[in-house]
Amino acid sequence: MKKLVKGNEAVVIGALVAGCDAYYGYPITPASEIAHAASEYFLPLGKVFVQAECEIGAINMVFGSASSGLRTMTASSGPGISLKMEGISYLAGAELPCVIVDVQRVGPGLGNIGPEQSDYYQVVKGGGHGDYRAIVLAPASVEETYRMTIEAFDLADKWRTPVFLLTDATLGQMMEPIDVRQEPTQRSEKPWALDTKPESNNNLVTSIYLDFDDMEVHINQLHDKYQQITDSEAKAEVYGADVPDIVLTGYGITGRMLRSAVDLLKDQGINATLVRPQTLWPFPTKVYQQVVKSGVPVLSVELSRGQFVEDVRLSLPGHSVKHYGRVGGNLPGLDELVEQAKLCLEEAKNV
Amino acid sequence: MSKVFEKSTAFFDTFERKPSLQKTTHYCPGCGHGTLNKIIADQVAELGIQDRTIYVGPVGCGVFIYYYFEGACASAAHGRASAVATGISRANPDAITVSYQGDGDLAAIGTSNAIHAANRGENMIVFFVNNNIYGMTGGQLAPTTLIDQTSTTSPTGRTVKNDGFPLQMAEMIAGLEAPTLVARVGVNNPKNIRQAIKVIKRGLEIQRDKKGYAFIEVLSQCPTNWKKNPVEACEWIDEVVSKQYPFGVFKDIADEGEAVERPCERVEFAAVAEQLGLVDKVDKGDQQIEMPRDEMRFKFAGFGGQGILSLGMMMAQMAMQRDMEVTWLPSYGPEMRGGVANASVVVSKNTIGSPIVDDPNVLVALNRPSLEKFGPLVQADGLIIYNSSLIDQVPPDLKGKAFALPATDLATEAGSAKAANVVVLGFYAKISGMFSLDDLNSFLGETFKKPALVDINLKAVKAGWDAAGETKL
Repeated sequence: MKKLVKGNEAVVIGALVAGCDAYYGYPITPASEIAHAASEYFLPLGKVFVQAECEIGAINMVFGSASSGLRTMTASSGPGISLKMEGISYLAGAELPCVIVDVQRVGPGLGNIGPEQSDYYQVVKGGGHGDYRAIVLAPASVEETYRMTIEAFDLADKWRTPVFLLTDATLGQMMEPIDVRQEPTQRSEKPWALDTKPESNNNLVTSIYLDFDDMEVHINQLHDKYQQITDSEAKAEVYGADVPDIVLTGYGITGRMLRSAVDLLKDQGINATLVRPQTLWPFPTKVYQQVVKSGVPVLSVELSRGQFVEDVRLSLPGHSVKHYGRVGGNLPGLDELVEQAKLCLEEAKNV
Repeated sequence: MSKVFEKSTAFFDTFERKPSLQKTTHYCPGCGHGTLNKIIADQVAELGIQDRTIYVGPVGCGVFIYYYFEGACASAAHGRASAVATGISRANPDAITVSYQGDGDLAAIGTSNAIHAANRGENMIVFFVNNNIYGMTGGQLAPTTLIDQTSTTSPTGRTVKNDGFPLQMAEMIAGLEAPTLVARVGVNNPKNIRQAIKVIKRGLEIQRDKKGYAFIEVLSQCPTNWKKNPVEACEWIDEVVSKQYPFGVFKDIADEGEAVERPCERVEFAAVAEQLGLVDKVDKGDQQIEMPRDEMRFKFAGFGGQGILSLGMMMAQMAMQRDMEVTWLPSYGPEMRGGVANASVVVSKNTIGSPIVDDPNVLVALNRPSLEKFGPLVQADGLIIYNSSLIDQVPPDLKGKAFALPATDLATEAGSAKAANVVVLGFYAKISGMFSLDDLNSFLGETFKKPALVDINLKAVKAGWDAAGETKL
């Protein structure tokens, strides 16, 4: 049934539908409604909710519950995610499934509470220490926030890895309908989990292998897994003309605004196509290579001075990719996006 | 009768998890950890709680406790064992959760997590191994290093001026209300070991009975980093260390309290649906709303407290029930908390791209600053409804068609000035034909829970509806 909710609340409803057992968090604007909704729904259902003493405490409680086989989550925004990064590295190293939501705000430092997409490097490229990866899902609507939260728990279980949901202040605060019903979710058996059964007495959750060769084997196994994820989980939405004059690309709220820009450009006789990555790691490189033909200009838009665009460029070697970014909490207007697209087309002609 | 002394069944027979020398521990000769590990294992076995016991190891010399204890184990990040143990304890309400931490781990980098786990009264037992030095990392100053004691980072001895005073963790934790057992014991001589056995047994019994948080500080000798032989190290605890850190049971209130039960339930979707208040509402018909264009973009603006955000929400809710695509976006920033508030609402027959409305087809301005700010954005084919109760001057540069509606006055007559938003809803519904009066009435009846409020809002919506007269767009 349809329910009009904020993006942040959709996260919690998605988590409940996915059978999330435990929420640990620390308040921070613009992610706090996630903690509000989790406290409202989890405790009366007999699920675990703890407002931790700090972000570091929260992520380590996640470590404890995820070690115990629970579907576990936390949520925060940039400054809090920075604090959680040590714990996220441990979760990745110990191969623990969990879901982490980053409702991006403006940085660096305290920044402000407006929307930005400047946690891209931190979330997509690592952020914590060591040679690890985490799956990153990037919704562009409240409904997709809901769907992807459910999917995040399945992916976390399937691959035994932390999964990020990367949203932003706008997506978190806006309301849209979500269609809530029972969904088939795939909760994995977790024979490795810490438990109070005799069979679990030999279970050990750790990220340390003192012997260098054992450690190398472990890291190599992680990367074999990452390769499988890269091969199978990358996703993107493609919208617009089959034979584009220009390709527009962006993720999350920006990707969604570019969808409107595609329509406006069409009204003006310009064929544009949107590529909107739904997974940021793994990055949908193949989709770019299929959609972007030689000579077609690409405009990449994000709420940052240029982080996401690096992955677009890596996906299109030798191809010119123009970046346009707004920061500080500002969103580009649709007229602004249309103008940038035209400018990009113009520049391409003059090359 | 004879008693056979043998290795505890709570230990592995050989330490297979250890990469080499699997019959010995990794601890240095004379170290107190081995003795403490043995006491814990003996008591776990004796109480018959081995299968229920989950151990969390720290970063420090205790990092490898999982080599020895035959039980489920996790290794935590530096300082985080109490937080990890919290997650384990909450996930396994029947577990005996053991957090094993050293002085750098618990009393320096992880103090906050340790104190808060204690303060929540988590069902866990914390062994705080205090040897007043960082062992594994190479003999650096710990928060518990004694005044004048040398270390690799206090080569001429700890000074109060530079490093502060030795931290008395047991006394600090005993000052909290929640912990049920707080004690300090030693493992440096047979007498202290006998007392340690008693206290540790008590702590584990408390866990078995789910009676909350137990904290046992263990003064432990570190001959290697103290640069003493094992005998000297053990004597130094009695002669010097225990003067700073006196032995004793500082608190034991376990017999006074009830068992602490914290649920961790798996629930069916039906329970979730009920909790979320998901009920299949009466179908409003699959007939979509007739609108002048496929996508209508609304801006609602006014003072904080005029019900601007909820006016937008009501519009979005009603349109959603008629199977339209909708988005609602609040104004964002400091203005949320007082001052000018605004909400952008898009109602569309198709997938909505940008939820941001910077070109409204319809502007509702309930105060003058909002009319001045957003009025000029409305194009010639757009519509402006402004609150003429509060706005006596209309900016000259408006292009859109403007309607004056004394919303606050009509709302006050209906029973509350706060219902000005609903007056507007009735007015707009009538002139646009977007919703019928029946639609509005039934929606308001569902939305407001208190009968008095329903009554005021029904009057207000009717007042707005009537104020429109026969005006049509």
